[in-house]
Amino acid sequence: MSNFDSAGPDPAPVRNARPAAVSPVYLDHAATTPMLPEALAAMTEELGQLGNASSLHFAGRRARRVVEESRELIAEAYGARPSEVVFTSGGTEADNLAVKGLYWSRRAEDPGRHRVLATAAEHHAVLDTVRWLAEHEGAEADWLAVQPSGALSPSGLADALARHPAGVAVISVMWANNEVGTVQPVAELAQVAAEYRVPFHSDAVQAAGQLPVSLAASGASALTITAHKIGGPVGIGALLLARGEQPVPVLHGGGQERDVRSGTLDVPAIRAFAVAVQAAKERGPDEAKRLAALRDDLIAQVRAAVPDAILNGAPPGPGRLPGNAHFSFPGCEGDALLMLLDARGIACSTGSACTAGVAQPSHVLLAMGADEARARGSLRFSLGHSSEQSDVDALGAVIGEVVERARRAAR
Amino acid sequence: MTTLRVLAAMSGGVDSAVAAARATEAGHEVTGVHLALSSNPSSYRTGARGCCTLEDARDARRAADVIGIPFYVWDMAERFRDDVVQDFVAEYARGNTPNPCLRCNEKIKFAAVLDRAVALGFDAVCTGHHARLEQVGGVAGGRRLTRSVDPAKDQSYVLAVLSGVQLSRAMFPIGDSTKDLVRKEAAERGLGVATKPDSHDICFIPDGNTRSFLRDRLGSAEGPIVEPDGTVVGSHDGTFGFTIGQRRGLGIDHPAADGRPRFVLSIEPVSRTVTVGPAEALDVTQIQAIRPVWSGCPAPGGPIDCLVQLRAHGEVHRAVCEPDGDVVQVSLREPARGIAPGQAAVFYDGDAVLGSATIARQSGVAATR
Repeated sequence: MSNFDSAGPDPAPVRNARPAAVSPVYLDHAATTPMLPEALAAMTEELGQLGNASSLHFAGRRARRVVEESRELIAEAYGARPSEVVFTSGGTEADNLAVKGLYWSRRAEDPGRHRVLATAAEHHAVLDTVRWLAEHEGAEADWLAVQPSGALSPSGLADALARHPAGVAVISVMWANNEVGTVQPVAELAQVAAEYRVPFHSDAVQAAGQLPVSLAASGASALTITAHKIGGPVGIGALLLARGEQPVPVLHGGGQERDVRSGTLDVPAIRAFAVAVQAAKERGPDEAKRLAALRDDLIAQVRAAVPDAILNGAPPGPGRLPGNAHFSFPGCEGDALLMLLDARGIACSTGSACTAGVAQPSHVLLAMGADEARARGSLRFSLGHSSEQSDVDALGAVIGEVVERARRAAR
Repeated sequence: MTTLRVLAAMSGGVDSAVAAARATEAGHEVTGVHLALSSNPSSYRTGARGCCTLEDARDARRAADVIGIPFYVWDMAERFRDDVVQDFVAEYARGNTPNPCLRCNEKIKFAAVLDRAVALGFDAVCTGHHARLEQVGGVAGGRRLTRSVDPAKDQSYVLAVLSGVQLSRAMFPIGDSTKDLVRKEAAERGLGVATKPDSHDICFIPDGNTRSFLRDRLGSAEGPIVEPDGTVVGSHDGTFGFTIGQRRGLGIDHPAADGRPRFVLSIEPVSRTVTVGPAEALDVTQIQAIRPVWSGCPAPGGPIDCLVQLRAHGEVHRAVCEPDGDVVQVSLREPARGIAPGQAAVFYDGDAVLGSATIARQSGVAATR
């Protein structure tokens, strides 16, 4: 974990007497994963180059070439044409562009289209966008119920669509859940949507580094991906947008990206994004198998130490992201567990990160039918390209004692 | 010196930041925690929470960064609502004048937070209170709560409710410094909160309008304002708007017969009667206080001479205190004015706290009841 040593959890503890953590263990790759050395090198080199990719002179042409070569690599990796790659500032912007933009364009075509269908377990970037459309733009949010595993059944989507198909503007169902790792049957869901000719968007941010993700093969209208979950930099992502879909822009300006997204292209980040995508593609299914084996061992070690721990989400297998393990620890508060593990040099998460730092009961677990206590007492461990057996063993060595202590604190 | 695992409660203010820095510099293993006390924690996402509070959380986090300690936010909103805010409202409904800061120390910082900290493996809770803990022999916990060296900022009054056991786990690193010195030190340490203004309001009433806060929760309930002889001189829309000794905001439009200012003498919530009268009718010499806590001495077996303080930042009075079971009879040497039930009577030996009790009843030379 060489790229982690220089940036431990508490940088530059000038006066801190705390002994340095033995060896930091990073089990939060779903939040962000270390940048790959080759992506870092590409980005650093590109930062020294001159040129706006929209300029017509030699410097602009050089920058544009880097962008277009990167676009081709990314398109090829995700079953899209180059023209179907719309660069954005990341996953949140891509989700906003897909959900708001397609809602607006579909409604402009037919004012009767006011329904937005999404599961209650979506990432906040979709969840809050749909809520905003309902509060400010006359949308009717139709929250699709998920099964206890977190999965949406295609028949559940079909039933919701059939209630008033002509009124549906857009559907958004994530490819893989960011908290519990449940993989949705995206191709089947997209097919249901296609039968009704309704655009289907999927947030594939968590899936893109770990599973085969293809715009063409999935049949989706739009997919969200982002670089920093794959080994690229934070601040660059893309909406893979099928030809023919023309969402109303969220950002207006020079129209750099297919006239649906404006803003000067971030050439160094785009180049590093492509390098990371290429590396992920080369790692391929072997890496997913390696992560799944590590993850299975992590689950086994946690269960051995804490027999009553509940694994949330789908059982290990094709229905679950290979790098994800998510538990509820009965009688514990998730934030106490996180703090105790943090003090032992182990980084994990209570769910999706919250800016203010207050632990909320996970809306994903609540949507899956868990009660509030189970939702509050949960932790996500997520593995990635730099994870090793020693990381899993380090967790297995302390999780029993940590859960025991957190239980005493919750009494 | 023993290295302790210390949980530093960091409000986002300058005092708690310097306290955490000093505890760290003393060699302790310190972890910073900001307590989220909003009654609606979900508003953290929706933005309904006051921006100042989010700013406080950020200030606390930045101070922890500068000191170089881990930092977390603990959600104490439910406990705070139940034990401090609801108690505050209920006390006013009873005609009393509560001190929510005192209650927060008693029930949140040195109870809920301390208990959780100890269970999680911490040895002590550190705060930025202006008070000292002096090492003495033979007293519970071996330490005695003492006034800050800065009399204007001293907070021993709102900490005196803590038991010896609670104090044995407390750490007040800035009690031996004046506020000016604390600010100077914060600047030297590069803490951004060095010049942040002091907070004065009740934290859960950010607009400072206590009367409207209480009216929202208790509802308007009209009642008479009377003189001691029963003459009705006005009306009010809720006894919660008054505290004993209050002069302003009585809403009486004609002056007293003798032309002198009138003060609230008593509040009777059942009949919703507020009695007003002249200043000298506020004079009190006898106080009954209940639920005593003796942290600075063994519970006295008989009457003791001591000093007593009857409100936050109030003057001290010479008195004789005589515990009798769960009640302490306080006889003041000289009359004191504006003594309100619900406030604490804190007993001192010089600058050292002996104990504390809650004022339940008072009576005085002018026999107002």
